[in-house]
Amino acid sequence: MLWLALRFSQLSLEVFSRGVELTGSLAVSEKVGNRLRVTSCNAAASTAGVHPGMAVSAAQALVPGLIVRPRDRAAEQESLAGLATWAGRFTPAVSLQPPDGLLLEIGSCLSLHRGLKNLLKPMRSGLREMGYSYTHACAPTPHGAWLLALEGMEVVIHELAELEQALVALPVNLLAQPAETLVGLEMVGAHTLGDCLRLPRAGVARRFGQALLHELDQALGRLPDVRSCFVPPPSFLRRLELPAPAHEAEALLFAAHRLMPELEHYLNLRQAGVQELELTCRHEKIADTVLKLGFVQPIRAAERMLLLLRETLGRTALPAAVHTIVLHARLIVPLAASNTDIFRDGVEAADGNLLLERLRIRLGKAAVYGIAPVADHRPERASQHCEIGADAGIPCTLQRPLWLLPQPLHCREDRFVSKTGPERIESGWWDGMEVARDYYVAQDRNGSRLWVYCEHSSGEWFVHGLFA
Amino acid sequence: MKASLESVLQHPGIWRGDQAAQTDEEVLPTGFAELDSKLPGGGWPRGALTEILVGREGIGELQLLLPALARISEQRAWQAWVAPPHLPYAPALAAAGVQLKHLLVAEPQSPEDAWWTAEQALRSGACHAVLAWLKTPDERRMRRLQLGAESGRAWGVLFRSANAAPERSPAALRLRLEAIADGRLAVHILKRRGGYVSRPVMVDPYQSHSCRANRPSGAPLSVVQLTRDAATG
Repeated sequence: MLWLALRFSQLSLEVFSRGVELTGSLAVSEKVGNRLRVTSCNAAASTAGVHPGMAVSAAQALVPGLIVRPRDRAAEQESLAGLATWAGRFTPAVSLQPPDGLLLEIGSCLSLHRGLKNLLKPMRSGLREMGYSYTHACAPTPHGAWLLALEGMEVVIHELAELEQALVALPVNLLAQPAETLVGLEMVGAHTLGDCLRLPRAGVARRFGQALLHELDQALGRLPDVRSCFVPPPSFLRRLELPAPAHEAEALLFAAHRLMPELEHYLNLRQAGVQELELTCRHEKIADTVLKLGFVQPIRAAERMLLLLRETLGRTALPAAVHTIVLHARLIVPLAASNTDIFRDGVEAADGNLLLERLRIRLGKAAVYGIAPVADHRPERASQHCEIGADAGIPCTLQRPLWLLPQPLHCREDRFVSKTGPERIESGWWDGMEVARDYYVAQDRNGSRLWVYCEHSSGEWFVHGLFA
Repeated sequence: MKASLESVLQHPGIWRGDQAAQTDEEVLPTGFAELDSKLPGGGWPRGALTEILVGREGIGELQLLLPALARISEQRAWQAWVAPPHLPYAPALAAAGVQLKHLLVAEPQSPEDAWWTAEQALRSGACHAVLAWLKTPDERRMRRLQLGAESGRAWGVLFRSANAAPERSPAALRLRLEAIADGRLAVHILKRRGGYVSRPVMVDPYQSHSCRANRPSGAPLSVVQLTRDAATG
């Protein structure tokens, strides 16, 4: 077994900052006791002298224009779940290490990735693309790996003996023990894990409880450490708060770009595709703007979603600045990974769907359609709009014009030079749209061939189509 | 002497004024032998714009395109009809052999949207044929369509009024259609790649075999058609 521990030490900050390319200073605050204190800050703020633990008022006095956001633990949890979903592309065994870590069992899938290096490389670029910073460590036990990642030691350890050597040097305050235990250990002069291990076990158990020994044994691999695997949620709904309200489409796209890889890997993991995607832009005080993206066929590729999102955003007038975006996959349908076609057919069909989606964004859904013949004798009902790609009905063997006028045009009979027919159509008495007409093919003085009819009831003449 | 002249004329660098240009561009056979013989490469040009100028609707201008459109639909390629003036009638199209599965009809609200739609359809590379009825053409917009057709390798067909014949146009092929007495069409080739054609081509738009179901009984069958029918029947 080999465990990879990922620690997102800046997670509380990054849930705010990853939505934009931020140049200013940003800090996250939390109430400690009855004072607001800075819990984390970005590089720009820390160079200006802000450090975690500082009172917010002091930090604001130090850095004019410092953006301070209250810590959002729910968003951190969501982000971690999103990261766990994303990490599912590397290994099926991902477990959460709240509040800011993930543990991946990678020993069983190293040969699939052809070595650790090939696994770490896409992981690094993927996390950078999503806007997270992290430290990682590999060790044979999950807790051992986690302690190393906490300390920021980016090492790869394969053997238990080697792990013990690395762990003994770590400070005791990394342990997940109550504060009084840690203070107690300091007071007896045990500053590192090695010091703890050298103490007599019976005495340690009596003084600090079994939990400390248990944790140490698990870290060293002397006791089993069973981790439950992360199961992705049944729906995809991700929220991203922007540190400062944004109005430009580009800024929103940048933020959406951060969420798309998660969606893509979520769909991959569930072997599903999305057919309806919704991007909600939240404004201060006024109602949200909801952008809907519909796809002709379920898709999984983030690139294509972004392309269509770009067009939709470009055509939407946002009424106000946006402070949060929410990406919701509304309709998730099973989608088997498709085999790419060796010939051109498959490629072109896909392109056609893309064209269709793009046209629908600009022209509206109703303005782009397919047509299909319908088995009905009434000419105006024999052709209907349908979804493109639907299988066509039965073709008609009767003589029909290529153009049909949406509304029959009243005309005089003496305008026709010649006419042949008639073809009598009497139908539709059962649904109240009854027609009783004699159809002729007529030619007018200019050489146009028309499809005309004489209404039985009134004897009036109408043009209904053109043989173009 | 004559043999040596012939061999000289075979030289690829020599082009004779009465020939249509030889093109490397892929073409779509029109389905009308008389017309094919006058068009460069022997068919409708792919990757270029074709302009069809019609004095009046309903003289068989769509019939002229149907054999090519039917062939495109058989290849399961897409075709787009942008801003058609009336409803394209599915039973007639299906009877003419056009499979409607990949036929896309777009009805943009404004002329700007219509030009945009036509350009996108041409440029996408997904549509083999794009038929467009567009208002307020100008040279810049037409050039964009022509470039779109080139990059998407599509056959772009633009229907315009016959009044536009004297205007300049970037289209690779311009045809003016005129109805003549016996239901046939006189196809005037106003512009083609590779020289001017002075005489119109006479085409019976209803001659094509697959389109016969669609023939209005007012239009007489050509003699060729009758004899072929007698032979097969």
